Amino acid sequence: MVKNKKKTKTVSKKSAVNSISAGVLRKLYETILRIRRFEEKIIEVYPGQDMKTPVHLCIGEEAIAAGVCIHLRKDDYIFSTHRSHGHSIAKGSDMKRMMAEFYGRKTGCSKGKGGSMHLCDPENGILGSTAIVGGGIPIAVGAGLASFMKGTDTVSVAFFGDGAMDEGTFHESMNFASLKKLPVIFLCENNFYATNSPQSARQPHDNIAKRAGGYGMPGIQVDGNDVTAVYEAAKEAVDRARAGGGPSLIECRTYRWKGHVGPDCDVEKGCRPRDEHDMWLKKCPVERTRKLLLDKKAMSEEEMKRLLDKINKEMDEAVEFGRSSPFPDASELFDDVYFSGGK
Amino acid sequence: MPWTKVYVDKSEFEKAAQLQKEGLRGLTFREALKEATSQMMEKDERVFVMGEGVDDPGGIFGSTAGLHKKFGKNRVMDLPIAENGMTGVAIGAAMAGMRPIFVHMRMDFLPMCMDQIVNHAAKWYYMTGGRTNVPLVVRSIIGKGWGSAAQHSQALQALFMHIPGLKVVMPSTPYDVKGLMVSSIQDGNPVMFIEHRWLYEQIGYVPEEIYTVPIGKGIVRRQGKDVTVVAVSNMVYEAMKAVQPLEAEGIDVEVIDPRTIKPLDEDIIIESIKKTGRLVIVDIGWKTCGVSAEIAAVVAEKAFKYLKAPVKRVTLPDVPTPNSPVLEDAYYFDYKRIVSSVKEMFREI
Ligand SMILES: Cc1ncc(C[n+]2csc(CCOP(=O)(O)OP(=O)(O)O)c2C)c(N)n1
Ligand SMILES: [Mg+2]
Repeated sequence: MVKNKKKTKTVSKKSAVNSISAGVLRKLYETILRIRRFEEKIIEVYPGQDMKTPVHLCIGEEAIAAGVCIHLRKDDYIFSTHRSHGHSIAKGSDMKRMMAEFYGRKTGCSKGKGGSMHLCDPENGILGSTAIVGGGIPIAVGAGLASFMKGTDTVSVAFFGDGAMDEGTFHESMNFASLKKLPVIFLCENNFYATNSPQSARQPHDNIAKRAGGYGMPGIQVDGNDVTAVYEAAKEAVDRARAGGGPSLIECRTYRWKGHVGPDCDVEKGCRPRDEHDMWLKKCPVERTRKLLLDKKAMSEEEMKRLLDKINKEMDEAVEFGRSSPFPDASELFDDVYFSGGK
Repeated sequence: MPWTKVYVDKSEFEKAAQLQKEGLRGLTFREALKEATSQMMEKDERVFVMGEGVDDPGGIFGSTAGLHKKFGKNRVMDLPIAENGMTGVAIGAAMAGMRPIFVHMRMDFLPMCMDQIVNHAAKWYYMTGGRTNVPLVVRSIIGKGWGSAAQHSQALQALFMHIPGLKVVMPSTPYDVKGLMVSSIQDGNPVMFIEHRWLYEQIGYVPEEIYTVPIGKGIVRRQGKDVTVVAVSNMVYEAMKAVQPLEAEGIDVEVIDPRTIKPLDEDIIIESIKKTGRLVIVDIGWKTCGVSAEIAAVVAEKAFKYLKAPVKRVTLPDVPTPNSPVLEDAYYFDYKRIVSSVKEMFREI
């Protein structure tokens, strides 16, 4: 799968690990674990058939959302895709309202109108998510343009997959953001597949970070399952963007454990090779971060256990909230087609 | 005739098949579509399939599954997710002698291709004074249900119907999907080939050999004398399901399946209205400027004097598709809405 191993630039992991404080590591771990448990909770409840929304799980890719969003303020923007659960959680969205959205309830973050692919949390910098591949990238650039025009120092992160790199919108957005030196972070989660189509069937080489050079912006490739590497790369890019230094492209290499959509693994269906899948399972971001914390004595086993209990409780509460919330009234079908507060 | 008949469910087909001692071959819509593609690829080496996921294990809901094993990955070509650019590539290949079939899992991805379809494919033949044609088939599938929501469920046929230079085909039966696919490949023009996902399991009679169903010809699915129901795509089945309950009310329904919405078989609709004097149009798209609007306008222009009642339209409400099951239920409709609309029409008189 990974043929071209040449790297644009790599973060030295040792220095990264050493410069990250124990407190930050704990936070990162908490977010990663929260995302993992959230997705696992969906797997648990999905067979109940009452969560009627297509779910695109990000199990295996959690470190990216955590390592990026930790650098963001509430007023910074993120724009995400069909695979957005992790990003929303890392940005601090209320999981109750997310679950309620999945259950199609009135209390959902998009009032039951959007479902799992269209999460939003505007007060928290998530203006919306789109399920059209590549659709969110120029919109993130637009939010960056607004910051630039308003003279604020908020930054905008476009999360997208390797698949979105195929789209013209990616290239057009990179060009424009670089041209105008906009505060944008192009954050590619390269999991080497777009649905069942491997990257090698769609792109001449697998080095996405390399594209940055052609657009005159810094590009970096990191191990997306190593939260410290993501953390360091994102810090540099966010700092640069905030200081007016323009956009960056970060390619995080990772792997999704489940099928493209739904709670099951797709390896049995012949969608991906078994050995490739198993190899990536060994690079589990939760396990790796856990081990790092223990090694650095940043967290004890006991503390980890308490954290897990706390998170599990959050998940139960989120599902309970979702399931017990009222459905919208059928008449609400006609609400929200047009904004009516214009003056 | 067996190929004009709509089998509302499988058991009915089996009954019909039993009656026909000849041994009618039943195929699903999905199989018929795949067979048409496969047979045309065998017959004509210019024909090839391109699209995201055409060679994956699912094979576009089964409609292309395994074809890459038979024809190789160059003729069943997986693509980058670059719909507009790839449409241009398909157009170029078509002009230069190939016969591409570009497949989209969801119709919602076609807006990405609007520039190439609308500004290029549709206009090229005209712009070149008839010197370069574009023999391109663009397949797209309309989704529905399970919270598919606003970006994975759109029925955008009307957008394409508006554009001179495009043909728009919406088959409803296995027989028609095969025959219309063959016609579309051979047509020489850009043809938008639109399939509703919920038709894929429908079973019907499909001959083994290659045959065509003409583009631009509708079909009467059921004869009746009191009201004409024009229904497109999977709504043909809903219209058929409405027949009996309406019969019970003493209303004899004629069901017309236009099969092609551009060119539209105006004559078959007008002829029917001459007889019934009443028209109900059932579309799976939105109302405003939709297929139903066009059909109603044609009838207002050309058959007004035969109408005994105002035309009725049964369509989706003009709102994006919601996610919540409660809202989905309020958004979509089935044969019951057709029944009540027809009944209303008779009450109002
Ligand atoms: C414009 C468009 N084309 C096709 C699709 C169908 N589709 C949904 S997700 C997906 C793959 C996306 O792959 P990638 O960007 O790598 O994200 P991942 O799912 O791997 O996270 C495709 C092709 C779509 N949603 N939008
Ligand atoms: Mg991917």
